[in-house]
Amino acid sequence: MVLGNLASLVYFLPELAVTATILLLVVLHVVLKNRRSPAAALLALLGTGTALLFAWMTPSGAGMGLFEGMVLLDGFAVFFKVLTALATAIVIFMSIDCAELAERTQAEYYIFLLSVLLGMFLLSSASDIVMVYLALELVSIPSYLLAGYFKGKGSSTEASMKYVVYGATASGVMIYGFSLLYGMTGSTQISEIGRVLAMGAAPLPASLAAGMVTVGFGYKIAAVPFHMWSPDVYEGAPTPVTAFLSVGPKAAGFAVLVRFFYTVFASPEDAGGIWKLSSSVDWTFLFSVLSAVTMTVGNLLAVNQKNVKRLLAYSSIAHAGYMLMGFVLLTAVGLKAILFYLVVYLFMNLGAFYVVVLVANGSRSEDISDFSGLGSRAPVAAVSLAIFLFALTGIPPFSGFIGKVYLFAEVINRGVYWLALVAALNSVISLYYYARIVKVMFLEDPTQSGELPVAFVPRVMLGILVVPTLLLGIYWEPVIRVAEASVKILTN
Amino acid sequence: MDFINSHILTLMTFLPVAGGAIILMMPSGRDNHIKTIAAVASFLPVLLAVQLWFLYDRTVAGVNVASQFQFVEHYTWIPSINVEYFMGADGISMPMIMLTTIVSFLAVVGSWGIEKQIKGYMTLILLLETGMMGVFASLDFFLFYVFWEVMLLPMYFLIGIWGGPRREYAAIKFFLYTLLGSVLMLLVMLALYFNTTNPETGGHTFNMLHYMQQATHNAWLKGFDIRILMFLGLFIGFAIKVPLFPFHTWLPDAHVEAPTAISVILAGILLKMGTYGLMRISFPIFPDVTKWFVIPMAVLGAINIVYGALCAMAQSDLKKLVAYSSISHMGFCLLGMAALTPAGMIGAAFQMFSHGMITSMLFFLVGVVYDRAHHRDIDGFGGLGAVVPVYTFFITVAFFASLGLPGFSGFIAEAMVFLGSFGVFRTIVMISASGIIIVAAFHLWALQRIFLGPLNPKYAQLEEINAREIFCLAPLALMTLFLGVYPMPVLNLMSASLNHLVDVVKMVI
Repeated sequence: MVLGNLASLVYFLPELAVTATILLLVVLHVVLKNRRSPAAALLALLGTGTALLFAWMTPSGAGMGLFEGMVLLDGFAVFFKVLTALATAIVIFMSIDCAELAERTQAEYYIFLLSVLLGMFLLSSASDIVMVYLALELVSIPSYLLAGYFKGKGSSTEASMKYVVYGATASGVMIYGFSLLYGMTGSTQISEIGRVLAMGAAPLPASLAAGMVTVGFGYKIAAVPFHMWSPDVYEGAPTPVTAFLSVGPKAAGFAVLVRFFYTVFASPEDAGGIWKLSSSVDWTFLFSVLSAVTMTVGNLLAVNQKNVKRLLAYSSIAHAGYMLMGFVLLTAVGLKAILFYLVVYLFMNLGAFYVVVLVANGSRSEDISDFSGLGSRAPVAAVSLAIFLFALTGIPPFSGFIGKVYLFAEVINRGVYWLALVAALNSVISLYYYARIVKVMFLEDPTQSGELPVAFVPRVMLGILVVPTLLLGIYWEPVIRVAEASVKILTN
Repeated sequence: MDFINSHILTLMTFLPVAGGAIILMMPSGRDNHIKTIAAVASFLPVLLAVQLWFLYDRTVAGVNVASQFQFVEHYTWIPSINVEYFMGADGISMPMIMLTTIVSFLAVVGSWGIEKQIKGYMTLILLLETGMMGVFASLDFFLFYVFWEVMLLPMYFLIGIWGGPRREYAAIKFFLYTLLGSVLMLLVMLALYFNTTNPETGGHTFNMLHYMQQATHNAWLKGFDIRILMFLGLFIGFAIKVPLFPFHTWLPDAHVEAPTAISVILAGILLKMGTYGLMRISFPIFPDVTKWFVIPMAVLGAINIVYGALCAMAQSDLKKLVAYSSISHMGFCLLGMAALTPAGMIGAAFQMFSHGMITSMLFFLVGVVYDRAHHRDIDGFGGLGAVVPVYTFFITVAFFASLGLPGFSGFIAEAMVFLGSFGVFRTIVMISASGIIIVAAFHLWALQRIFLGPLNPKYAQLEEINAREIFCLAPLALMTLFLGVYPMPVLNLMSASLNHLVDVVKMVI
């Protein structure tokens, strides 16, 4: 079913809520000038919460084309809208607690943040390549601004600059791929492109287009070799922004990657071949290599990092590699694993960054030595961080383990054993550097004296992030069912 | 009572961690309350173990026959991938469950002297006990794996926070080695999952007992090359835990740095998980590969025996000596299992039980002298026998038990291993037997250097072993002695299952 512009608005409430909030924030910005006020944060929180609620309540039946088929409202889109809105809400809390931002936090920060959220909403539901491109840019451009939010700080400016250059290049390559697809099929609709390609496409341009589109999406999810921007951006950007970039846009990147490739390049599973393009190039193998290289490079580079923020940046590259394991076969079961992993990743990764924010509030840097003795200086924060880090490693009984089991499972089921082995060994490598942080927190004496106070709100937030990290490691049936349902809608 | 009897394994597994949760909620500073709660939480499983002992039917085998498992609890956990909460006991797990409760309780009591952050310590040690109990009671591979990994975290912190000078290095080394073994196990587990079908439902399953029915394996899993790879994946995972040469290097570090009670648990229970895993999982699921792999296993066992003993001989640190002697003793388990004879298998399992007690005693005793002298250098003592006669008595008992003197359980176990395996691989057994002599040599030599000869005047005022320490040692010493004279109580417990296990492996073509 495809709806016209006006009829679509009813189904566009989450996006409208975000847009309205952005406009209100603009007004608030004018009113506030440069005065600091909690109003902006609260307004942003309210808007995000409303959007989250609307997204949650959207009837997620079969797909519905909105705005003449530019965006597709289906369970898959709803899943990612809820996920990204949740990430944004947590990041807003984190921003409120962040001392380095507090000096500069004005309405404009939240304008950028919510613009990215709007972009992510659109990216996860875009069903037209023009819309995909627009949404991707809507995510990227405010992200550049967020990365460079500390105008005076060299590393922040450098991060922003690097981000722009890489982003522009990746977008350029991607849109060239899109133009090839349009030329071959005469349509900008993703489903139509897939249908025409299925009738028999020239393998070379189709493969070329697929490769070019991969560059664009690979950049968003920070897969090696398109990851070069991410360590610098993650280190230079304000910590809440880093946390945001490593979860939100990455999730949205996976959403568009999955939707686009699954719609355009996947054959029905009962037809035997899963990748439609497999006749000319072994795409499963190519993406397996991409996945293996991404996780290995991410992990190896993380081993020697002294700055915890940078360390988590590399680790998030590695996690993109793990998640790609669910993508290599382009099967519904594998994609379901990605969705599930994104949920657990949201909690554990944002949780880890949350503690980094709290620690950096006291010491004004994220050096690993600032964490020494945290176990006695701030036990709640330290234990939470240990839980998040072990969850990221993938050790039971934490949720990260279950996420990895699902990712490994599909790869093993389909016989790509080497990739599973590489990923398993990567988990061991990752333990080494995650445990290093745990080591300085609990096994070393504090270098700074005195307790690190953790206020009430961050305590609650840590609790909110810890509980799902523990709970999803013990009972995860409801979440995996939702992920399954979301992917099923996509595959029909 | 009915509730207790029908959920006895669950209660034994989760009572300790429940105690840990209570401790966690207590205000810190009330050390005596914390210690009491920990002692109660670890003593209740001992009581339940006694109950288990009386209820256990010794005539049925278990191993791969689902209907013969006892104290079974079987619930669905995650229906979408058929993960089950499936617990049960048979003759392979029974002695290990008993041992776990006893050693854990004694370890908690033995940790009375810990002063640093007692709250965290007791919570972690109780969590550790839950993990160990769970491993021995699980019959679902997923559940088994979760418990297997749950042990790593408390162990890491217990070594890393309360350990000796090089504790950080030892803790992470232990963690990395074991995790490496476990991820291989995880891959094998998933491969097994996807290539077997549950005969009852037609879906995939994590139920170990289904894996043991070769009919559930699909064509891919019937390929011998694949089976070898999967067997080796599991084997490495378990070998790291045992630890078998060449995966043993984490053990001396971990043992030396760990606090006394943790060394006791590490040597007394954790090492047995490797051999237990082979018996519970590897042998019955891959009986054909097991037969193909017996010679390498026997050779590895022999290397462990001789090499461990030689390394122990070279040590000047008493704790390191005991650690290497563990490596040597665990070699007997492997040798006995590899023989695939009833005597060898029962000897191996009995060695696991007996070594669990003896090595626990040894580590307790090392801890006693270290607490007083603050070093463990064998040559740094001398003539202590005259100063601390009671302590000397206990350590002599433990050393003689450890070196396999007749009258102690270790002798019975090693004799059975040799009896069972001599007919199968003569040369290897003869080489292994030379290990016995080295083992005897380093024990006696250490004993002589510490307790005989002229008294080192520095230790003329050395404090005698106290009542709490005797409380930890006496039960173990008595059991070792009792089982050395009359081993039947434990042998009866496991013989039906182990005989059946040998049959399961032998019968396969």
